[in-house]
Amino acid sequence: MATRLQYENNSEIGVFSKLTNAYCLVAIGGSENFYSTFEAELADVIPVVKTSIAGTRIIGRLCAELQHLRNSLPDSVVVQRIDERLSALGNCISCNDHVALTHPDLDRETEEMIADVLGVEVFRQTIAGNILVGSFCAFSNRGGLVHPHTSVEDLDELSTLLQVPLVAGTVNRGSEVIAAGLTVNDWTAFCGSDTTATELSVIESVFKIREAQPSALVDEMRKSLIDTYV
Amino acid sequence: MEQDTGMFTVHQTIGTVLCCKCGILMQPNAANMCANCLRSEVDITEGLQKHVIIIHCPECDTYLQPPRTWIRAQLESKELLTFCVKRLKNLNKVRLVHAEFIWTEPHSKRIKVKLRVQKEVLNGAILEQAYTVEYVVQDQMCESCSRVQANPDQWVAAVQLRQHVSHRRTFFYLEQLILKHDAAKHAIRITQMEHGIDFFFNNRSHGVKFVEFVGKVAPINSRHDKQLVSHDSKSNNYNYKYTFSVEISPICREDLICLPPKVSNGLGNLGPLVICSKVSNSIALLDPLNLRQSYLDGDQYFRTSFKSLLTSRQLVEYIVLDIEPISEVVIGGSKYVSADAQVARVSDFGKNDTIFNIRTHLGHLLNPGDYALGYDLHGANANDIELDKYRGLIIPEVILVKKSYEEKRQKKRGKPRAWKLKSLNMEVDNNAVKGRDNEEKMNSEYEQFMRDLEENPDLRFNLSLYRNKEYQPSEMASVTDGEDVPNVPLDELLADLDLSDVEVEDGDGDDMRE
Repeated sequence: MATRLQYENNSEIGVFSKLTNAYCLVAIGGSENFYSTFEAELADVIPVVKTSIAGTRIIGRLCAELQHLRNSLPDSVVVQRIDERLSALGNCISCNDHVALTHPDLDRETEEMIADVLGVEVFRQTIAGNILVGSFCAFSNRGGLVHPHTSVEDLDELSTLLQVPLVAGTVNRGSEVIAAGLTVNDWTAFCGSDTTATELSVIESVFKIREAQPSALVDEMRKSLIDTYV
Repeated sequence: MEQDTGMFTVHQTIGTVLCCKCGILMQPNAANMCANCLRSEVDITEGLQKHVIIIHCPECDTYLQPPRTWIRAQLESKELLTFCVKRLKNLNKVRLVHAEFIWTEPHSKRIKVKLRVQKEVLNGAILEQAYTVEYVVQDQMCESCSRVQANPDQWVAAVQLRQHVSHRRTFFYLEQLILKHDAAKHAIRITQMEHGIDFFFNNRSHGVKFVEFVGKVAPINSRHDKQLVSHDSKSNNYNYKYTFSVEISPICREDLICLPPKVSNGLGNLGPLVICSKVSNSIALLDPLNLRQSYLDGDQYFRTSFKSLLTSRQLVEYIVLDIEPISEVVIGGSKYVSADAQVARVSDFGKNDTIFNIRTHLGHLLNPGDYALGYDLHGANANDIELDKYRGLIIPEVILVKKSYEEKRQKKRGKPRAWKLKSLNMEVDNNAVKGRDNEEKMNSEYEQFMRDLEENPDLRFNLSLYRNKEYQPSEMASVTDGEDVPNVPLDELLADLDLSDVEVEDGDGDDMRE
C-alpha cells in the first residue's frame, strides 16, 4: 500500500526521509504529522528514527546508509562515513539489496567502500542522460521507477543490470525527480501528496506493493520453502 | 554526429509514459502531462484581452490608432488584421503563431479574430492554444470628418488672392502653376471671386505655406489679419480665424507701361515707355526702342505701384508692309532684333493710306505681309498722369508687341487641340457677376490663354500639359505649307494618369478643359 504524505507543506518527501527494509529515517520537523504517518505504517515492523545529518534535515539526499544512527538502528545495519567530494550520496547512489547504481564521477575508493559495506555490485550509470542516478530513479528488490525520458533501450539495459522490472514514470503530478518524491522498500512506499491516482497506481504495480505486506513476504518465502520440501 | 566521431551509439527509442493526470499513454514531455490535461490545467490565454473596443469613423471608414492616428482599412483586410492584433495588450507575453478573421455580419459592429498563441508552461512544455477576440466597433467621427459634418465652411485660414485687372489671364496661369506644384492640396474649398480666387484652409500653416508659394511665382503684396473666434482664458486657448489678403501686381505680360520718373531713373533711365515682357516673382520690363531690359521685384513694384498705360485688350492689329533689321540683341535668353518697320492698321487697310514708320523689337519674327499686334498710341486717348510728367517726350505712334496668327487660326477654328489642361475644382461665388456674358468672356479669355501657351514656350515651360486622347491629327494640318500656327510639340505633353477610383476617393475631381 503506497501512502501519500507531505513534509511541512512540501511534497518532496524523499528528501526528508530514508526508507529501507530494515529501518526508516525521518527528518526532525516542526510537526509530528510527517513522523507519525511513518510510525503508523511501520512501527510494528521496523524502527522509525528521527534524525538529522550534518545538522540538516535533508537526510534522504545525504545518506545512502551513518554515525549517531548506529545506536538507534538494528545491529545488522552497518553505518559507514564516506569521505567524498560528492557529499550528497543520496543523489549519487541508488541501491537495493543486490545492486547499486552510482554517479559516474564517484571516486574509486568510494565505489569500493560501497561494494564492501553494502555488499552489492556497483555500476556507474546515467539515467536518461542525467548523472544524478540517486535522484532520477527509485528501485527496490521488486521493481523500479525511472526518469520519464528514459529511452526503451536504456530501460532494457538498466533492467538487465538490476534484475528487476523497471518502468518510466513520474511522481508528484508529473515531476521527473523520482527519488525526491518517492521513498520505497519491498513492501511499502511513501510518496508526495501531489502524486495523482495514475502515478500511484503505476508505483503500486511496478513495486508490487498491493499484495506485498511484511507477512505476505514471509508467507511467500515459506511457500517456496515448502515447495522445495515437497 | 555519428559519422563524425565514428563511434557506435545505441539507437534511442523514445519511450512512453502515462499521463500523470488521465493515465493515457503518451510521449514524455516536460510537464509529463498529455496536451488535453495540460490545457485543462493551465490557460495560457489568461490575462490576454478577449474583448476590445475599437473606434471607427463611419464617414471616412478609418480606425483610430491611439493616440490620434486614423488608419484606413477595409473589413477583412490585411491592414485591419494588423491593426486589430496591434491593439491587444499583453500579447508580448505569448508568441503569436496565427491570426485570422471569423466572418461577422458587417452591421453587427463586431469583428472577431481567431488567434493561435504559444507559451512555455510548467517547466518548459510549450503549449499552443487558440482563442477568439471580439472587437466591438464603436462609431465616432474623426476630427476632420466631424469638422466637415458640423459646418463645411469651418475654415481657419483663408487666402484671398486678388488682381485688379479686367481679365483673368493671370489666374489661369496661376491655376496651372498651383496644379503643377500641388500647392492647394490642403485647401478645403476654392472659390472663384470677382478679380480673384479665395482659398480656404483648415490650418493656419497651410495658408501661410500657400501664400509663400504664390510669392514665389508672382509679385505680390500680402497682409494678414486674425479674428478671435473663441477663447478660454483659463487654459490659455485662443481660436482665431486668419485671413491672408494677397494682391498680385496689376502689371501683366504684354502691357504697355509708362514708368514714373522715379522708377525710370532708378532703372537707369529706362523707358519711360516699356513693355512688360514677363511676369514671375519679378516683373521684366523691356524698352522696345533701344532693347534694354530691367527687372522689378514685388517689393520694388509695390513701393511705387504704377499702373499700365494700355493693356493687352487694347491691342490693335497691324499689317507689316516693310521691315529693315538694324541690330540683334540677346536679352535674358531670348533674341530680339531691332528693326525699322512700315506698318498700317488692318482696319485702315484698303480704306486710307495711313502708314506708320516705326521702330520695333520684333525684327526676328516679322516679315513683310505678316500681321502683328501693337498699341496704337497715335489713336489712343491716353489719360495717364505719369505720361504727363514727361515733358517733351516723343511718343512713338505704334508699339508692336507680338506677331499675330489670327489669320492662320481662322482655318483651324473649331478643331480640338492636341493637348489639354487640368483645372482646379473651383466653386463660383454667387455674388460674382454671373450670366451668359460673363461665361462667354471667360471662355474667350481661356481660349486666348491657351493660344498664348502655344505661342510662348517660355510660358508653358513650368506647366503640365496633358495629351488629349480624343485628338486625331488631321491630314489637312500636315499638308499646310510653310509657316504654321505655333503649336505645342507632342513630346512636351504628359500622358494623363487616369485612376478613376482614386480620383473619386480623393475628391479632388480635377476635371479637364480642352
